[in-house]
Amino acid sequence: MALKQLLEENKSVILSRWFDTILETYPVDTQHFLRSKKNQFDNPVARRISDGIEGIFSQILNDDEEKDVSPFLDKVIRIRAVQDFAPSRAVAFMFDLKRLVREVLGKAIRELQLSEELGRFEEAIDKMGLLALDIYMKCREEIYELRVNEVKRSVSRLIERANKICGIPGKEGDPEVCSTDNLT
Amino acid sequence: MSKVASPEELSRVRYGPPKKGWMDSPAEFKEGRWCYGSKPKDHHVIGLPNPRSWSPGDEDWKLPDNWKEIFLEGMRERLDKFRTFRIFMDICVRCGACADKCHFFIGSGDPKNMPVLRAELLRSIYRGEFTNTGKILGKLAGGRKLTYEVFKELFYYFFQCTECRRCSLFCPYGIDTAEITIIGRELLNLLGCNIDWITGPVANCYRTGNHLGIQPHAYHSMLEFFCEEIEEITGILPEPSFNRKGAEILFITPSGDVFADPGTYTCMGYIMLFHYLEGLGLDLTWSTYASEGGNFGYFTSHEMAKRLNAKMYAEAERLGVKWILGGECGHMWRVCNQYMDTFWEPPKSLEIPVSPITGTRFEQAKDHKMVHICEFTADLIKHGKLNLDPSRNDIYNVTFHDSCNPARAMGLFEEPRYIINNVCNNFVDMPINTIKEQTFCCGGGSGLNTDEIMDLRMRGGFPRANAVDYVHQKHGVNLLSCICAIDRATLPPLMEYWVPEVGVSGVHELVANALVLEGEQKRTTNLRAEEFPWVEEEEEEAEEEALEVSLEAAEETAAEAAEEAVAEAAEEAAEEAAEEVAEEAGEEEAEGEK
Repeated sequence: MALKQLLEENKSVILSRWFDTILETYPVDTQHFLRSKKNQFDNPVARRISDGIEGIFSQILNDDEEKDVSPFLDKVIRIRAVQDFAPSRAVAFMFDLKRLVREVLGKAIRELQLSEELGRFEEAIDKMGLLALDIYMKCREEIYELRVNEVKRSVSRLIERANKICGIPGKEGDPEVCSTDNLT
Repeated sequence: MSKVASPEELSRVRYGPPKKGWMDSPAEFKEGRWCYGSKPKDHHVIGLPNPRSWSPGDEDWKLPDNWKEIFLEGMRERLDKFRTFRIFMDICVRCGACADKCHFFIGSGDPKNMPVLRAELLRSIYRGEFTNTGKILGKLAGGRKLTYEVFKELFYYFFQCTECRRCSLFCPYGIDTAEITIIGRELLNLLGCNIDWITGPVANCYRTGNHLGIQPHAYHSMLEFFCEEIEEITGILPEPSFNRKGAEILFITPSGDVFADPGTYTCMGYIMLFHYLEGLGLDLTWSTYASEGGNFGYFTSHEMAKRLNAKMYAEAERLGVKWILGGECGHMWRVCNQYMDTFWEPPKSLEIPVSPITGTRFEQAKDHKMVHICEFTADLIKHGKLNLDPSRNDIYNVTFHDSCNPARAMGLFEEPRYIINNVCNNFVDMPINTIKEQTFCCGGGSGLNTDEIMDLRMRGGFPRANAVDYVHQKHGVNLLSCICAIDRATLPPLMEYWVPEVGVSGVHELVANALVLEGEQKRTTNLRAEEFPWVEEEEEEAEEEALEVSLEAAEETAAEAAEEAVAEAAEEAAEEAAEEVAEEAGEEEAEGEK
């Protein structure tokens, strides 16, 4: 597959442009920080984005049928799901890849007449973009679940105690978060 | 001729945000980023100004007509009263050393979460309203006027700072940005703009002595409940004493540990430790009146912090104790260690704390007369006073989160680690730039541990979670231990989101797991009712043994049966053979006769 070879040869250029494009979605002052700090603990956001897109790109080039891009998408989206982005902006980086590949490899693709392969490649990216949206939704749902669990946990022992006094058995198999259903 | 842009250039959409200066980018109030507004009923209880129903999401915050005057007058008063505040307003050179040290900035990427810029929100008003250069040159001199929009922006960002003080560590001038937030919140309070998660607990604490508003009988009842649970696990029923006059030590701990998991296990840990020490001469009482170590008043104003703190010394004096022992809490220690003995003169009845078990004199507590339970327990272990079985914590690979206030406000780094290393066999620290004085906040301190800003907490806590994830991946860490009640409330959801394989505990939960009580029954579970791994192994072994015994028995029976069968068969065969022989002999005889 000639396109795959082109992508592999230009991997570092594409990844670097992709990383820059993602950083450009942050305010200018923040971009400077995200680019300059290299320590993974001082600058975890940039590190995860960088690791995430590298993983996604490797999975795109991977022919293995068992390949799984989700953990790498999760790395990037889990962060963007709690930052100041609308859902469309949070996952747009996947679709940006199509534009970047055309910018970097457009000429070569035309010369080598790889438009058909490019079509298939872009279709695969679209699918990953949709998967990204699923992951975004999963993260958001987790946030709401965390809120509910926290409210329950904050009074769990009081309810457990109240139930014990009233002789109401607790919910089986749920020792940590005591049920409030029993009180209603 | 001017250059005409190509269609490609014209059609290109810019994905980045517009390049505007921070003063021209007003705060956008987004759900999940701001806390619910304070309620009028709580304002009435504690006498906060401007009680009304309002929400930070509203256009109109229902401020009094002279709000600007009140704010600026309050600022002037504080500039005169607090020398530090005036210095912090004057000396920042905007070097940016603090800029990338804030967990909220690192996690959110919002420039106004840079400590320097967060402080600049207020500093610009100082310049614009209080200095001549700022008044004349305005924006050129970094000054601006206080407007309604600016006021709202102050609220938005001062409630996105957890007052953790990590930034102050890196400031070459020693500017404590947390103190700027503290003053900023005081000024907001003058107009009745606080959050429900702070004023609610403050009002409760003022009425009943603790943030949850639990009354003495319920507080007592909860601790009794824990004692019953301890009895189920150990076979021993501790009997802690309450409000006992004449006790030597008063114990005060955050109420969060009495009601919310997983802090409750830490609370059970205290009870077990005190029970153990009773036999060694510990004379300690709990109080249902000083039933809160935490102090959300500190997130409101200095005066409110002082008002809520009053009960500690008052109760110590009323009971006539010699000193105070404090539980695992965060900001409680900042207040007690840095403010309490300037708020008040300690009662004359209090003495320099001396451990009744080891005789150690806690010189570091000679001013405020209060000892941290980690200092107390570490001393006990150092003197070999505790009988410990660390293997009971073997299911855990532990790391330790330095809670911001005990770390940066009292330098408590080694004692908790010393304890953990003595009660657990598996401990590993997170990378150095994320622990001790450089520790990252949990993302929910200073009254921001409320659920409506879960988004904000997740991104604010991300640098901490990232370091936990590192030791989880590299060393298999599965438990994050800490010494702060707010941590124990905020870290579990943080872990669930970023590193779901890691749980959260207090240090004294681990102590109690390892502590061998005199006369205890054979323990099969830890405080969380999780079975020790060897229990299953022992059960399996016992089962195997039983099986072996029954097999042996079966074999014996089978052998006996086989022997019998063989003997029977031999008999039968012998009989048959004899018959055959007889028959043959008979036949031969008959043939002979023929």
